[in-house]
Amino acid sequence: MSALQTTGLVKRYGGILVTDNVSLDIRPGELHAIIGPNGAGKSTLINQLSGELVSNSGGVAFHGEDITSLRIDQRARRGLLRSYQITSIFEQFTVRENVTLAALGAREHGFRFWQPLLGRADLAHQADEALTACGLADHAQAPAGDLAYGQRRQLELAMALAAQPKFLLLDEPMAGMSVQESQAVVAMLAGLKGKYAILLIEHDMDAVFALADRISVLVYGKVIFTGTPDEIRAHPEVKTVYLGEEGIEA
Amino acid sequence: MTMSLLFTQLLNGLQLGVLLFLLAAGLTLVFGIMSFVNLAHGSLYMLGAYFAASAYAYTESFGLALLAGVGGCVVLGFLLERLAISRLYRRDHLDHVLTTFGMVLFFNELVRIVWGPQPYFLPVPAFLENTVDLLGISYPSYRFAIIVVGLLVAFGAHLLMHKTRLGMLIRAGAVNPAMVGALGVDIKLLNALLFALGAALAGLAGVMAAPILSIQSGMGEPVLITTLVVIVIGGIGSISGAFYAALIVGVADTLGRAFLPTLLREVASREVANAAGPALASMLVYVLMALVLAVRPQGLFPAGRS
Amino acid sequence: MSHTVFKPATLVTLLVLAVLACVPLAAHLADQPFYLAFFARIMIYAIAASALNLALGYGGLVSLGHALFLGIGAYSVAIPAFHGIDNGWLHLLCCVVVCGVVGLVTGAVSLRTTGIGFIMITLAFAQMGYFVFVSLKQYGGDDGTTIAATSKFFGADLGQAGTVYWVALVLLVLVLWWMARLRVAPFGMVLRGARQNPRRINAIGLRSVRYQLAAYVLSAVLCGVAGMLLANLTGFASPSTMTWMISGDLIVMIVLGGIGTVFGPLLGALAFLGLEEVLKMVTEYWMAVFGLAIVLIGVLGKAGIAGLLDGLASRRPASAPAKRAAPAAVTISKPVGEQA
Repeated sequence: MSALQTTGLVKRYGGILVTDNVSLDIRPGELHAIIGPNGAGKSTLINQLSGELVSNSGGVAFHGEDITSLRIDQRARRGLLRSYQITSIFEQFTVRENVTLAALGAREHGFRFWQPLLGRADLAHQADEALTACGLADHAQAPAGDLAYGQRRQLELAMALAAQPKFLLLDEPMAGMSVQESQAVVAMLAGLKGKYAILLIEHDMDAVFALADRISVLVYGKVIFTGTPDEIRAHPEVKTVYLGEEGIEA
Repeated sequence: MTMSLLFTQLLNGLQLGVLLFLLAAGLTLVFGIMSFVNLAHGSLYMLGAYFAASAYAYTESFGLALLAGVGGCVVLGFLLERLAISRLYRRDHLDHVLTTFGMVLFFNELVRIVWGPQPYFLPVPAFLENTVDLLGISYPSYRFAIIVVGLLVAFGAHLLMHKTRLGMLIRAGAVNPAMVGALGVDIKLLNALLFALGAALAGLAGVMAAPILSIQSGMGEPVLITTLVVIVIGGIGSISGAFYAALIVGVADTLGRAFLPTLLREVASREVANAAGPALASMLVYVLMALVLAVRPQGLFPAGRS
Repeated sequence: MSHTVFKPATLVTLLVLAVLACVPLAAHLADQPFYLAFFARIMIYAIAASALNLALGYGGLVSLGHALFLGIGAYSVAIPAFHGIDNGWLHLLCCVVVCGVVGLVTGAVSLRTTGIGFIMITLAFAQMGYFVFVSLKQYGGDDGTTIAATSKFFGADLGQAGTVYWVALVLLVLVLWWMARLRVAPFGMVLRGARQNPRRINAIGLRSVRYQLAAYVLSAVLCGVAGMLLANLTGFASPSTMTWMISGDLIVMIVLGGIGTVFGPLLGALAFLGLEEVLKMVTEYWMAVFGLAIVLIGVLGKAGIAGLLDGLASRRPASAPAKRAAPAAVTISKPVGEQA
């Protein structure tokens, strides 16, 4: 059974076809990358997978369950978590509060009115693990708004991890990061491989080829090819459309 | 319920509608483009009436009173925008609410200080004191004049919005304010002009309404709230939406107040009808607003479509 | 929570509460019953402002119609009393149920919009309520009605100034305590998160609208209870309690005191009503000065009294927010660039 399966996803804005009959099949534990030129419709695709955009037609199934009509919060509670390309955190909360909230959201509701959130040992444990995995353990008390850009991206990831995901939708996690920061994230994601299924949208080709089990190439909203990194490197159409502009190291 | 009564009330509804449109047009632009919550719009309406009343007291000329009312509001609107309101655009809606709330309190008290607590009156201009014959009924000329002026202004607004460059900038600004600034337009001047224009319309409404109502402190707020309902129903930022919604609200409110108590008496006892009738009539437009919100939260004619 | 005890805003508030506890005795000794009623009124408004703070300060819901619930609370005493019912528990039940239902319905409809739309709709609903009560001629209509029989609980009569004073004080303390705990409890955290970033709250699995609606209803009920106390204190209920002027007053109190802080509503109510009294003594046209003062507060956008106090203690530059300082005005949910 696939972890996440889409069948014929279509999204139109007026006359413009942004997502053109996308069918993906991501296996449990797989790290599946989506690459493609700018404007290929990657963010639109992820928004349909996370539930923030309603597709015009087509379906999404999560571990066999049809989730096409579910909202984002419902999908999150089933273990389908996402991170955002443009950092979306709680600026006025501390790092720890951010991550603990994320841990709460995935498991239960927030209709508790008396005991402090941070006092919950189980959530704190969850949060600590996520913070350590993302290298933010030392900054737990800092207000999120005070973090440097790279750290904010890491917090973005930590929040997704804290929610005990079964599947991670990562929208350009390394956007705007320095080389060292990117390498740290790559190392972290490599450590996560196998634990969760991951759909990774990225422009950083080094990262993509280092991490991905399989890669899908999205051009003008259409998946033109899906294959292993080696197959992608060898595929002539892919080379011309996308990789032709950038050299990649083997 | 005779046809002539119905027709008269329809005209009254139309008259209320155009007054509401004058107020709503300025307000919805400011909401839509500067994203500014201006609760002091009712104060401009009130001050327009007061300026006109004073001018009339000195000159006995309705024309000069009209000029004083509208002109005074343009100046006041411009000053308010430059001195206080422009500082708040980047701020939160709460700050807008707070500041304009303070202005309302200030202006309501100011008119009491300057003009005294007694209500003022502006008489109907002599040449409009008679009635016109419309389709078999006699309708007060003055009210008819209000309708005509209002429709002319609406037509003028349509021309401005759709046939001039300024109008294009305004429409663009309603959909994407940041972009207009980025295109090199002097956004500060545009904002000030817009605000002053809205103030002028509010002042005009105030002057025209003055002979029908009495001019007193606090007269702006009930009208403001109805105007807000109009904007919600029409769609924030949309002038055409404001127009249609104003007419709908004006007619619904007037017909509701005129006929709902009578209708109720048909189906319920006299006491219930007498008690519930006026209440339901007052509530009608709010129920309408709630319905629109429930079904189509962006309003019936949202900006970006006109 | 213990580390908050030594913050200036907390200390000042505790001092204020201690003074409030001494007022009945002092007023009695000095034979000045006016002060008893005056401070009772301050406390009642502080409770109402705290209620609004839950929706507005924590939740970012700018409601211009909360005075409606204050009025409903007042009438849940007036109307049963008119029919001879003086049982305080029945008054309370009526208050909680009606405020809860009205809050649920108006909140659910209002939350279909955000930003400017939300503000206007809450205002319009309050106006609607105003008209309803104005049209209730047998209960005084426009003029309002005196309370025929004040609320009685276990033989104690809330109509007595002394009784309603102590009830208000106890309720105020409980409310402040609860608001302090709620702020860092899961509900408060989700709510405050939804104010900062509703999209993210949804993305982590929590439906933000649900929490906002719950906060709105809770704040409506609490505001109603304050209205009940107000009716008992003044012996009067009228539609003028639910005008948007009163809603605006509540908002000013919250901002003055420090929006989103625990003690802001009390400090703000004290400052607001105190300033009003002082100005009334100075000039007949105090409302004009008051209005200008509010305009200044709005334009200058300070962090409120609580924020100011906490800022003094932390000795950090104003731009670095201490964890409990009142957030600057930018935090209330604001439409990002698109038409509201």
